[in-house]
Amino acid sequence: MIRPGNGRVHLGEEFIVFSQLSASVIDGLLIGFVYGIAAMGLSLIWGVMRVINLAHGATMALGMFCIYLLFTEVGVNPYLGLLLVVVLALIFGFIIYMAALHRVIQAGYLYTLLATFAVNMIIIGIGTTVFSTSPRNVDFSLGSIDLGPIILQGTRLLAAAASVVITAALYLFLYFTRPGKSIRAVSDNRAAAELMGIPSSQVLALSFGLGTMLAAVAGGLTSTFFPFTILSGSTYQLKSFVICVLGGLGHPLGALFGGLILGGLEGIVPIFMPVSWVPVVEFGLFVLVLVVRPTGLMGAK
Amino acid sequence: MKRFGVGFALVLSLSLILASLSAPTGATAADKTILIGFTASKTGKLNVEATRQINGLNLWVEQVNKAGGIKLPDGTKIKVETKYYDDESNKDRVQELYTRLISSDKADFLISPYSSGLADAAAVIAQQYKKIMIATGASSDSTYKKGYTLVYMTYTPASRYLTGAVDLLLKLDPKAKKIAIIHENDKFSTDVVNGLKQYAEGKGIQVPLFEGYDSGTTDFAPFINKIPAGSDGVMGGGHFADTTTFARQLYEKKVATKMIALLVAPPEPKFAELGEACIGVVGSSQWEPVAKYSPEAAKKENVEWFGVTVPEFLKLYEAKYGKEEPSYHSAGGYAAGLILQKAIETAGSIDTEKVKDAIDKEDMYTFYGRIKFNTGKLHGLQEGHEMIYIQWQKDKQGKPEKVAVYPPAAATGSAFLLPAR
Repeated sequence: MIRPGNGRVHLGEEFIVFSQLSASVIDGLLIGFVYGIAAMGLSLIWGVMRVINLAHGATMALGMFCIYLLFTEVGVNPYLGLLLVVVLALIFGFIIYMAALHRVIQAGYLYTLLATFAVNMIIIGIGTTVFSTSPRNVDFSLGSIDLGPIILQGTRLLAAAASVVITAALYLFLYFTRPGKSIRAVSDNRAAAELMGIPSSQVLALSFGLGTMLAAVAGGLTSTFFPFTILSGSTYQLKSFVICVLGGLGHPLGALFGGLILGGLEGIVPIFMPVSWVPVVEFGLFVLVLVVRPTGLMGAK
Repeated sequence: MKRFGVGFALVLSLSLILASLSAPTGATAADKTILIGFTASKTGKLNVEATRQINGLNLWVEQVNKAGGIKLPDGTKIKVETKYYDDESNKDRVQELYTRLISSDKADFLISPYSSGLADAAAVIAQQYKKIMIATGASSDSTYKKGYTLVYMTYTPASRYLTGAVDLLLKLDPKAKKIAIIHENDKFSTDVVNGLKQYAEGKGIQVPLFEGYDSGTTDFAPFINKIPAGSDGVMGGGHFADTTTFARQLYEKKVATKMIALLVAPPEPKFAELGEACIGVVGSSQWEPVAKYSPEAAKKENVEWFGVTVPEFLKLYEAKYGKEEPSYHSAGGYAAGLILQKAIETAGSIDTEKVKDAIDKEDMYTFYGRIKFNTGKLHGLQEGHEMIYIQWQKDKQGKPEKVAVYPPAAATGSAFLLPAR
């Protein structure tokens, strides 16, 4: 808590405030990229399947543990580990789809929501038993880059870069490959797509797999700079919902944009008020966007 | 009717068994026995710390009884027995059980359960039933603001948990003039930093940043980015997980400051897993096995020495509990016993009033450090005991090594200011 009169921001100290602000905003934006790809997964699943995936956070936590185990037990570089996480998460997504969603996908939002919530509880239950809830840490550092008053952590920079690459890859996939086009077709009009001979079940499974993969990768990237437990996903899941609303649900690029807004806010707000105000501002914005522009800042698809 | 008969028989046989268990065995007519009652968190979240505390206390009981008991000036020897229950780390259970210890078990003296919250709950009962309670494993100041007269504190209170870090900073750099305080938003940490801020300002040090973080915080960048340039120290933290992360991120963000002093985490051996990031970090602990308290040092300060020396304590503890190195929790358990023992010896009696007067007058050095109580408004508050400040330094192989650096009476090495990084 900041006490009045402690004079943190003095006149004549503009430079200090400016450098604090730029350091903080850059830190926030770098994290924002990672928030963005996590939200992109949620947004993709919603856009194509009309499923609110409550297992998203738990999947992120699994991504974190995957990197953690690969790094501490096998000694795999976390960024190489991500490649394995991509494959594993894709398969994991298919399995969840087949086991929990396939039969209820037509039954309405509430059923799929409950099904994914059940998956969430199962993952957390097993995770708590196996890993306990004591914090883990991927003890990996890429050092820092020193730009005068601004010091950037290597892991955050690389995570942001990886997020950009993943977003680009997702776009290329959705727009230039046959399965990607099928996903967009099913998203636009599932009945019409089926009439055109697109196997919609497979497309749905693929979408869920991709969404799960994005969550797990975001988790994996996060694990390189923040400690985590099996329960850590819930915070990011909540942020993902806010981001999806900011960017427009079902609009993957909007999710990245929303992620950057949220990250930027997390950088700017703390410089001017106590850090504990950040969620107030975030969720205030969330409500504001819902009221003023319910399709999101980028407009829904 | 038949059921009643069976129940009655059960109760009767149980009470017979209990009676035979609690009957003093092998005591000669002249000798007395006192019963010390307490609860221990055998289950629940405080289990690990509580168990260590009880290990320390039990070691004291064993030592006293091995020597024939507490020796009074008139030659009487008083053996010590203990009675305890599991409080499940639960406040309500604590109050029930302390009432039971006093009313049905007829405990003569009480030791507190582990943790400030539980000790506070027990203190009410002790005072109500006019029994002396030595509180250990509890550092909250607030218990002693309630006007209790029979509760005594073994630990250094929270308000003085980090104040020595300010002294240390000023000793190393008399020109230091501002520190940033970033702390966990829980009761304990807030108590500590409020005390710290007041103390620092009293020493002419400004605190331009004073901000709390939520207990689950993992991203400290927003706080670190706010640390004003030219801060001579960064102090605060909270509990193990968050403080460790904080220390790591301070290092990664190359925060330029002369001293980093944090709560709770640094004294833990696990803190060394931070590697480079732990080097130079200062932490405070109620007690450390490396502490250098000794009868000679006590003599220099003209304070009486009482009980075992540090090496003796370490040897006895490790002999009884295997390879486990005693922690400050264990030392606190043993010290609570010493406080009582010294008072009973001085008073020559086990009468509550006489023992109370003796504890009020206590001023001694033990292996655990100095012990002296407030007898004024904050009756029972620990005033003699000092935290031991440790700093992680590099040993000859370049591995992190914990060195006691302050106060001088306990120091095994000297502290350094963090180099510019």
